[in-house]
Amino acid sequence: MLYFSKIKLFIIYFIIVILSFFSFINFVDNKENFILSKKVKLGLDLQGGSYLLLQVDTNPIVTQYLQQKLIALSKFLKENKIKYKNLKLANQSINFQINTEDIEKFEEFLLNKDNPINIYYNQYRSYEMNHYFDGNRVKLEYSKFGIIEINNSAVDQSLEIVRRRIDEIGTNEPTIVKRGSDRILVELPGLDDPNRIKNLLGKTANLTFRLVTETEDDFGSEFLSYEDNDSQLSVSKRVVLSGDNLISAQPTFDNQNNQSTVSISLDRAGAKKFARVTQNNVGKRLAIILDNKIISAPVIQEAILGGNSVISGNFTFQSATDLALLLRSGALPAPLTIIEERTVGPDLGEDSIKAGAISLAIGFLLVIIYMLYKYRKLGIIADFALIINLILLIGILTILEATLTLPGIAGIILTVGMAVDANVLIFERIKEEMVNEKSIIHSFDMGYKKARSAVLDANITTLISAIILFFLGSGPVKGFAVTLGIGILTTLFSAYFFARHLSSYYAMKNKDKQIVL
Amino acid sequence: MIFKISRDIKFSNFYKKMNIFSFILIFLSIIVLLFKGLNLGVDFKGGTLIEIRAENSTTTIGELRESFLKMNLGDVKVKKFGKQNDYLINIEATKSGDENFIKSINDKLSADLGSAVNFRRVENVGPKVSNELLRAGLLAISLSLAAMLFYIWIRFEWQFSLGAIAALIHDVVITVGIFSFLSYEINLSIVAAVLTIVGYSMNDTVVIFDRIRENLKKYSKISTKEISDLSINQTLSRTLITSVTTLLALFSIFIFGGAILKGFSFAMIVGVIVGTYSSIFVATPILNYTNVTQKTVLKDSNENN
Repeated sequence: MLYFSKIKLFIIYFIIVILSFFSFINFVDNKENFILSKKVKLGLDLQGGSYLLLQVDTNPIVTQYLQQKLIALSKFLKENKIKYKNLKLANQSINFQINTEDIEKFEEFLLNKDNPINIYYNQYRSYEMNHYFDGNRVKLEYSKFGIIEINNSAVDQSLEIVRRRIDEIGTNEPTIVKRGSDRILVELPGLDDPNRIKNLLGKTANLTFRLVTETEDDFGSEFLSYEDNDSQLSVSKRVVLSGDNLISAQPTFDNQNNQSTVSISLDRAGAKKFARVTQNNVGKRLAIILDNKIISAPVIQEAILGGNSVISGNFTFQSATDLALLLRSGALPAPLTIIEERTVGPDLGEDSIKAGAISLAIGFLLVIIYMLYKYRKLGIIADFALIINLILLIGILTILEATLTLPGIAGIILTVGMAVDANVLIFERIKEEMVNEKSIIHSFDMGYKKARSAVLDANITTLISAIILFFLGSGPVKGFAVTLGIGILTTLFSAYFFARHLSSYYAMKNKDKQIVL
Repeated sequence: MIFKISRDIKFSNFYKKMNIFSFILIFLSIIVLLFKGLNLGVDFKGGTLIEIRAENSTTTIGELRESFLKMNLGDVKVKKFGKQNDYLINIEATKSGDENFIKSINDKLSADLGSAVNFRRVENVGPKVSNELLRAGLLAISLSLAAMLFYIWIRFEWQFSLGAIAALIHDVVITVGIFSFLSYEINLSIVAAVLTIVGYSMNDTVVIFDRIRENLKKYSKISTKEISDLSINQTLSRTLITSVTTLLALFSIFIFGGAILKGFSFAMIVGVIVGTYSSIFVATPILNYTNVTQKTVLKDSNENN
């Protein structure tokens, strides 16, 4: 066990040098070079920032899709002269009745892989919709995969809009990723107060222009309340213009009335439509509605041609800026709810880094002193192994550009405490061997050999815990699993290669002396 | 060679007494868990946690409580946390639909206290997420126990598995019981601590088991009881040194690592102490109770060959 071939030694020290280099470049300030720019990243709990988990509520979209399906279906039934009655939506499904003799024909149509109503997904080997027959009653609802498809497209679209909104605000290096089937994870490092972003993400930003109706009992109108107070207004359900027609939106300042406004420009189709409606309705009021709340309902003074308009309302400059931003980035396909938020202020992050560094330094020092006290000269070897271990650990974290969290620092400190175990196991074994064995070299050799299975067993058990934690833990705790797991690997390396080499050197040097451990 | 290697402590004489002691501890832990329950943090119960620092040093905890009482947020717990002027507030409500929830609390608090309040940390976890986190946490702990069981089963004989698992469950129940007794909060990092304890305790047990197996193969004339005493004594200095270095590191985190890591390091300290004890007084006695002899280990190595 004490013999090392030249090539083996070369590999061992080569690895140590390479990893030392990587742990050292954390202190080099270089952003351009591909290698030199590698750093251990600080987690949100250390550098401060916000973690938001958003849930996409796809239920309204499913209803919306079903409504479109219903229209397509009724058209299809009419075209194929299939008589139907009581066609309606209920409990997220389409229900209707047809003559029993038509059922076979209808089912055949539904199972035709090229039919326009019930799409067949090759990748899932499933149809978009499930159908049920009960006598002459038919029920259609989205299949599991139909729902997955809807969710996917809604989440993808939402992700894009969320990204646009966050990019517009310009925070540094945000992480925006899909989580599971209907969630979006947003990480905003360095963000102190997430309130503005939370507000921007919480709005669907569905903008519509609708005429205010005079007669309140009109079938085609509904009551909506103002955004800033509870008074209500009856507006037509017919949408004159929606946010889809917008090409740009900017906050502006109306010097005449001394207030902030948002100026918008419309695309060609929108401009045309807007011109026509305003021309025909001069003197009437046009309500500007955002997410079913009225922003304002100005009277149309004259026809607005050219597709440029101004939205006025009770805006501050900030709220006008935010509205313009929302309109520019587009409407979300579905409402988003923040179901988890974790925000750490920058000063707490700094305190945590300090506390982590101090406890690491003290823990490290205590362990080093204790090992020297217990093992004297061999203690020096164990301590060297410990220092190398720490350097290797940081080196690997750097290469992986892993995220260091506060529990992650705890993992490193714990590694320091537990890492010496491998050397303790070996040294104790060497001591035992020396009782019966004359030759020091032989004692060392046997010590390493016999301790191997215990060292491996002991470390594998901890590694199992770390791996499970890595896959099931979230956020900062994952950082703990990473440092603990990598710590075990570097511990094995430093004990069985580095420290063993030092020990063999020590044993060779003292082979003729009496040594006391 | 001039040093004494074997201390000669007859651990086996204490097995009965220590086992009774362990049973009492486990019994008490279960009683406390049943009647007092666990103090689940926002990670697992849902709700809002806010760590604040009052800029005005004359702010009292009473003023904070009064201010929160006026906000009508349901159950609100206020306690001191870390340094002076730092407080931790636990609010039952999450109000996930209301993006201005946190801001409105800050506004009202600042108005009531008459000075700015610094929100150093906010954690707001909805009921759905907290349920998922709880499930993932329980799954992680059960999985790690199962994985350990499996590992030991491959490496050793079933009697050893039984002993190791008994020790693990012993450690986890007592650690969690102590948390329940002290009403310490259970959050994600405590689950991480429990998993690490499982790893550590296993590690400790395996080292002793390894030696017992080795000695069983070596000596045919010595009784299992004496073999276990011999093995524990042979590995005792390693057991103690490793516990000491791990505890040195943990106490360093506990004392200097800041308030956030207090719960984690406390759980680990308890776990390391209980884990070291259980390797000697829970795992090993079970080998005696299940009549492990030289045959047990030799049979297995024949099968493997």
